[in-house]
Amino acid sequence: MRGLIKQCLRIVLVLFGISSIAFFLIHLSGDPVLLMLPPEATQEEIEAFRHQMGFDKPLSEQYVSFLTQAAKGDFGQSLKFHQPSLDVVLERIPATLELTLFATLLSIVIAIPLGIYSAVNRNSLSENLVTVAVFLGQSMPIFWTGIMLMLLFGVKLHWLPVSGRGSWEHLLMPAFTLAVWVAPTTLRIVRSSMLEVLQQDYIRTARSKGLGEKVVIYKHALKNAAIPIVTVVGFQIGKLLGGAVVTETVFAWPGVGQLVVKAIYTADYPLVQACVVILALIVATMNFGVDSMYRYLNPKIKSG
Amino acid sequence: MSNAGVQVSHPPVAETPKQAVPEWKRMYRKFVKNPIGIIGLAMLLLITLISLAAPLLTSHDPIEVNLDNKLLPPVWQEGGTWGHWLGTDEVGRDVWARLAYGSRVSLSVGFFAVVISLTIGTALGILAGYFRGKTDFAISTVIDIMMAFPFILLALATIAVMGPSLLNMILVLGLTDWTQYARLVRGDVINLREQEFIQAGYALGSKHGRIIGRHLLPNCLPSVIVLATLAMARAILMESSLSFLGLGVSSPTPSWGFMMSTGRPYIATAWWLATLPGIAILITVLGINLAGDRIRDMLDPRVD
Repeated sequence: MRGLIKQCLRIVLVLFGISSIAFFLIHLSGDPVLLMLPPEATQEEIEAFRHQMGFDKPLSEQYVSFLTQAAKGDFGQSLKFHQPSLDVVLERIPATLELTLFATLLSIVIAIPLGIYSAVNRNSLSENLVTVAVFLGQSMPIFWTGIMLMLLFGVKLHWLPVSGRGSWEHLLMPAFTLAVWVAPTTLRIVRSSMLEVLQQDYIRTARSKGLGEKVVIYKHALKNAAIPIVTVVGFQIGKLLGGAVVTETVFAWPGVGQLVVKAIYTADYPLVQACVVILALIVATMNFGVDSMYRYLNPKIKSG
Repeated sequence: MSNAGVQVSHPPVAETPKQAVPEWKRMYRKFVKNPIGIIGLAMLLLITLISLAAPLLTSHDPIEVNLDNKLLPPVWQEGGTWGHWLGTDEVGRDVWARLAYGSRVSLSVGFFAVVISLTIGTALGILAGYFRGKTDFAISTVIDIMMAFPFILLALATIAVMGPSLLNMILVLGLTDWTQYARLVRGDVINLREQEFIQAGYALGSKHGRIIGRHLLPNCLPSVIVLATLAMARAILMESSLSFLGLGVSSPTPSWGFMMSTGRPYIATAWWLATLPGIAILITVLGINLAGDRIRDMLDPRVD
């Protein structure tokens, strides 16, 4: 129970920190007004905007009011969409969640069988091929993977649409791009935890009982190797959301990632702040969720 | 003398101990035993040489526009010439010259960003792990907050506000990616602090500074080095992503990520513009990852 209170306290602290960073971000350049208005704006326009946005008040006052408003979910009006920034962001959330969820599933489908395979068939030619694939996957820029898939399946073969959202065919290429990006890490964890589990006594016992190799691997070994695998998949969500920023831009996928890049281009900083806080909120919640689950699954970790 | 004639067996002399193999030599042998590390280092060396010798390797100016020669294909395709053996871009700039000079951006960002993040992360990690208490709580909370941001989002927003330049890119990547070192070093230090040789140091009257500098830091270094190789690969990928999104090192300085973003609209007609810089990044990052993987095995006493 004390652990739970402590966790909640930490979430509140993290939220406070995230909002603070989002606030001070736009003051980094000195004057946020010059950042948001086009360079040809007249002095009157600048002053009027400064007053309208409350940038003429003392910084401490602005900070307090930003935090209290943000706590209520109010990040101000988007300069470009002329509606509350939070609404604009929430509208785009489903597309991003759809993409990251599907990418996560895809990466699991790729990583778990291949990871098990390379743990069971050590030092074989095919294990080395898997290792080469892992290194390649880790070293490819994510947007380049996307462009190459587009070139192959969109431009040359005409199998898949190159951009937009709609049918499941639209989802395939962006999700695969993201999956290629995160699968290598998952695969390495699957491999190393399987290698460790396969050396345990109970695996030898299971084998000596005469159980088939498939049963031993999938029923006995995989279950015991699950904790680190679940943990790494959970922690990858943050990485996936970051990757979504780039991938959504490449494939014109109408999610939060594409929105934040566009908002930065158009200097729509209230919207940038809302995107940053909401995405960080999702990641922070996921991280704490994974953390608690890890503690729950692994009694060896003491809480605190 | 009375024993003359009798074969006296030599008294058993303790074998002179073999000259101990120096640590660095043992490490070196471990490293060269597997060709993968050598291949990785060779790839990295190749890119480094190209970046240093760029003016000798091409007579073209990487930013010289020549509209008469635009969109020339590489030499092995119809219409290609040896004068521009990797073709030209949409305004007639030589692709090979831009690739060669572009390596300078990637390598310098990778190197200097890692130096900054490694220094900050290690220092904070030691402080948190050594002094525990309030210091630890403060640093750990900051780490939690930073980890909640998708790395690219934080970098993207900061660069957008500060303005794109090589120095800002290095600063932003260095200042946002130190959390992993801090977490790792903090954990290491907490474990080390309880060990006997540290306690003995206290008993002999060592000051904090001496314990940290002489005992804790050297013991953390191997894992920090391993993390640094991964971080360098990540920084180079991140720089290319940010440049791809148009927020990297400002034009006309050639950067691989920026080359890909300008080449992307020509994907159907001039494939080499978006493809070749991606291969350059792939070679660099793969080299770092391969070498880094071997360095990890080399520093891990459990792996022989």
